[in-house]
Amino acid sequence: MAANPDKEKKVETFPVPDTPRPGEAPQPWGKTRFVGKPLPRVDAYELVSGSAVYSSDVRLPNMLYGAILGCPHPNALVKRLDTGRAEKMPGVRFVISGATPEANLKWPYRQWRPPKEISGKLFDPHCRFEGDAVAAVAAETPYQARDALRAITVEYEVLPFVVDERKALEAGAPPVQDEGNLVQTERYERGDVAKGFTEADLILEENYRTACEIHTPMELHGCVAHWEGDRLTLWESTQGVFAIQSEIAAILGLPLAKIRVIGHYMGGGFGSKLQPGKYTAIAALLARRAGRPVKLILSREETYLMVGNRPPCNMRLKAGVKKNGTLTALDFSLLATGGAYPAGGTALVDWQVRDLYNCPNVRIESTDVYVNAGPARPFRAPGHPQGSWALEQMMDALAKSLKMDPVELRVKNVPTVSQGRDGQPPYVTSGLKQCLEEGARAFGWKDARGKTGKPAANDSGKGDLRRGVGMASGLWFAGGAMPPATIIIRMFSDGSVNLNMGASDLGTGTKTVMACVAAEELGVPPESIQIENADTGTTQYTRPSGGSKTVPTESPAVRAAAIHVKQQLLSMAAEELKVDPSDLTLMDGTIASRSDSSKSVKISALAGLKKRGVIIGIGSRDPDPAGKIVNPFAAQFCEVEVNIKTGEVKILRFLGAHDSGRVMNRLTYDNQVFGGITMGIGLAMTEGRVLDGTQTGKMLNRNWYEYKLPTALDVPTELVSLPIELLSPEINTTGAKGLGEPVTIPTAAAIANAVYDATGIRVTASPISPMQLCKLLSERLKEG
Amino acid sequence: MVDYPEGKHGEGRKGITRRSFLTSMGVGALAVGASGELLAAPPEAEQAVAKADETTRVNLLINGSRHTLLMEPRWTLLYVLREQIGLTGTKVGCERGECGACTVLINNVPRYACLTLAMECEGAEIVTLEGLMKGEDLGPVQQAFLEHDAFQCGYCTPGQVMAVEGLLRKHPSPTPNDIRKGVSGNLCRCGAYAHIFKAARRAVELKAGKEVSGGSKS
Repeated sequence: MAANPDKEKKVETFPVPDTPRPGEAPQPWGKTRFVGKPLPRVDAYELVSGSAVYSSDVRLPNMLYGAILGCPHPNALVKRLDTGRAEKMPGVRFVISGATPEANLKWPYRQWRPPKEISGKLFDPHCRFEGDAVAAVAAETPYQARDALRAITVEYEVLPFVVDERKALEAGAPPVQDEGNLVQTERYERGDVAKGFTEADLILEENYRTACEIHTPMELHGCVAHWEGDRLTLWESTQGVFAIQSEIAAILGLPLAKIRVIGHYMGGGFGSKLQPGKYTAIAALLARRAGRPVKLILSREETYLMVGNRPPCNMRLKAGVKKNGTLTALDFSLLATGGAYPAGGTALVDWQVRDLYNCPNVRIESTDVYVNAGPARPFRAPGHPQGSWALEQMMDALAKSLKMDPVELRVKNVPTVSQGRDGQPPYVTSGLKQCLEEGARAFGWKDARGKTGKPAANDSGKGDLRRGVGMASGLWFAGGAMPPATIIIRMFSDGSVNLNMGASDLGTGTKTVMACVAAEELGVPPESIQIENADTGTTQYTRPSGGSKTVPTESPAVRAAAIHVKQQLLSMAAEELKVDPSDLTLMDGTIASRSDSSKSVKISALAGLKKRGVIIGIGSRDPDPAGKIVNPFAAQFCEVEVNIKTGEVKILRFLGAHDSGRVMNRLTYDNQVFGGITMGIGLAMTEGRVLDGTQTGKMLNRNWYEYKLPTALDVPTELVSLPIELLSPEINTTGAKGLGEPVTIPTAAAIANAVYDATGIRVTASPISPMQLCKLLSERLKEG
Repeated sequence: MVDYPEGKHGEGRKGITRRSFLTSMGVGALAVGASGELLAAPPEAEQAVAKADETTRVNLLINGSRHTLLMEPRWTLLYVLREQIGLTGTKVGCERGECGACTVLINNVPRYACLTLAMECEGAEIVTLEGLMKGEDLGPVQQAFLEHDAFQCGYCTPGQVMAVEGLLRKHPSPTPNDIRKGVSGNLCRCGAYAHIFKAARRAVELKAGKEVSGGSKS
């Protein structure tokens, strides 16, 4: 069909940075046109119009609905299973269980730090946590599938359980695994802690606890499974399509090439969607047996039990400090649980203590235990907010005892090397000092501190309201490169651009950031770039989006792919204009000779490009510089108002000062900062899994009514994001470090410190509920 | 402070009174049209009781279009919208009235579609996220959400947009506190609330006709 000239859409073009020769490193960007600007997301239209199709939105012809029967007990043996009645119910097509030959599969549980694996079964005859899969059905409607679950009769031998990690190692505690209840104890020591404490002028010691948190992303965990012959396609709500592909391939015994996983849009994960669930394998098995597609979406209640959590953590910290504020020793011990299988219950809880402040003498002992509860999964900055809750409250207490400003105490102990790592390598950049000092200035810290602890000005005469300010800092263990990452950019003969990336966009704005990077280099508007992502069938291999590594890993690969396109354009133009490629420059969609201005050609007029149809640029990512560490840093400040009669805490304002390198998009950057603070408010104030420790071992608050997330009424009206934009070519070619996790690390501790400032009460166990605070306030009254 | 006389979880203004709900549950599917204009219940059907999985013909008015479906009395509006009709802009988050991801307008009032039986809605005017579009162009609330990056993963967004739309239909000039309360029944786990408040304020301007630019996809 001939193009209609009136309708023909032209791609607008802009100036671009110089193109390095093949093999040369690109120069850092100077002034940018798209990168760092507050541009709307490239997929905003799809999200607000309802045209974005999430995995749970997928509807296929002839599709069935699956549902899983979960064990109602925290520890039980399945003695007898009768599915006969369920199978005869209207609309029910298949019921599968451990007795179904092809469903008799191993299910691996593993942790990566330290490496450990225990295999259970997909349908395990020994259910070691509430909600573990016992059977599954496929039916014509989800209602019929749930009806069928209720018609399955299971005879359980209910076993004794332990769900409180503090009791798991007591004599007589029921063993969760054959090996007992100890997963492992890890020890770390540097310097001489005993000597460190003798050098101290002040020693403080305190116990802390953080409650177990559940991720509860808005989109439920689930997938749609569809077989075409022996090829399986899965639409999965996931952070990493390639991780789903490889794990399901291993579990079902299929070649990787026969599994395609698609996850174009996903409704939040926070670490709980880095791996497949049993539901993924079960949906695939049901779909194969039925010869029809199967949609299996967990219920909200089920997601509280079986798809991960942030482990509850019990910590004891002893700290020694000199009168001038120099830390001399830190002694940290902790006990936590990843649930009934190895799942990293203590992973990285020690990292703040180990690495955040200068301290020559540090000793750590981490004990991970099994309990009869659902296995943990990574949860936004695994371990870090827990460790921060202890360390940052301790720093606040030390400052108070030393009569020193808490900001000043921290600034005194800012490190330049990563002391927690072997060989103590330097950080490529560290904005910790700037986060502390510039954050304090922007917050009005000194001024605000002078006005706290007294009845608040707006306290209509009752005298019950107290203002307080608090702050905390933090660093994130990762946030640099996690290669491999391969990006393909295609430029078509009209100059329009398609970007192909394996990574998922969790809502952090990955697609938008990558479009801005490509736009910056290629001189086309970001919204004109069509992005294909998160599809193992059509996009390039990468690791799951997690660890705040996606932008720092993918964006340099995008830049490299765009430069590769430009290099090919220049050599194509050099041939056509008969000049040396080094004499050519790309400007505003036109390639021109620097020495002879009469020689120029528009991209869309390149004969070579017209003939080929497309230029394919391939970009990959170099590792971070050897012997150096790329980590993001943070400091957050807040003001609260506490009602000392009711124990209610109102968070009035928050400021997040973050060194995450270059700001790649100001709108999505601020959104991450505010979102991280909001999630930290949940840890500090409202969230905590409640298990019935004595009678049933079941979870008592498996819904959003009883397990409370921060709502629109719980966030402060004043939220400020202050980027500390330290740039270095050593970070990577775009200068971005990770942002999504550091933003939630110091939040909860900052709030606890503000509550202390307001009331003089140190709340060491999360969440700071009105009930707990009231109890502590009344105890203080009794003590006088 | 915002008040909804009908209540966000209560009854709408027409067609879905508590009485008609009880009627439809009590005497079965044939009586569902008792309060609606579309299907009159024959008096002799008073004693008929529908079985749980027995389907009945029901007419729904969604985004200005009439849909006639066979449905079980227990089907929620959420299920019918998403899985029967394919209007997946309305999201499923909890199916127990806690998160607001499924918020739609029923007779201009924001309601949780997961707690609303589809049969109750006969005779009512239902508007979903898709119904705020003007052809390919975004409606003012949608455009405001786009401009202010009022989402992260986007999954709670349809419910947030509908909550703001419902608020502004009732209160064209809300105070900041009205806005916070207006979306307080809609959870956002990504924590985009601050940007949602900004977007709601921008939507007030756009609705008032200030700089109404189409939000078409380039």
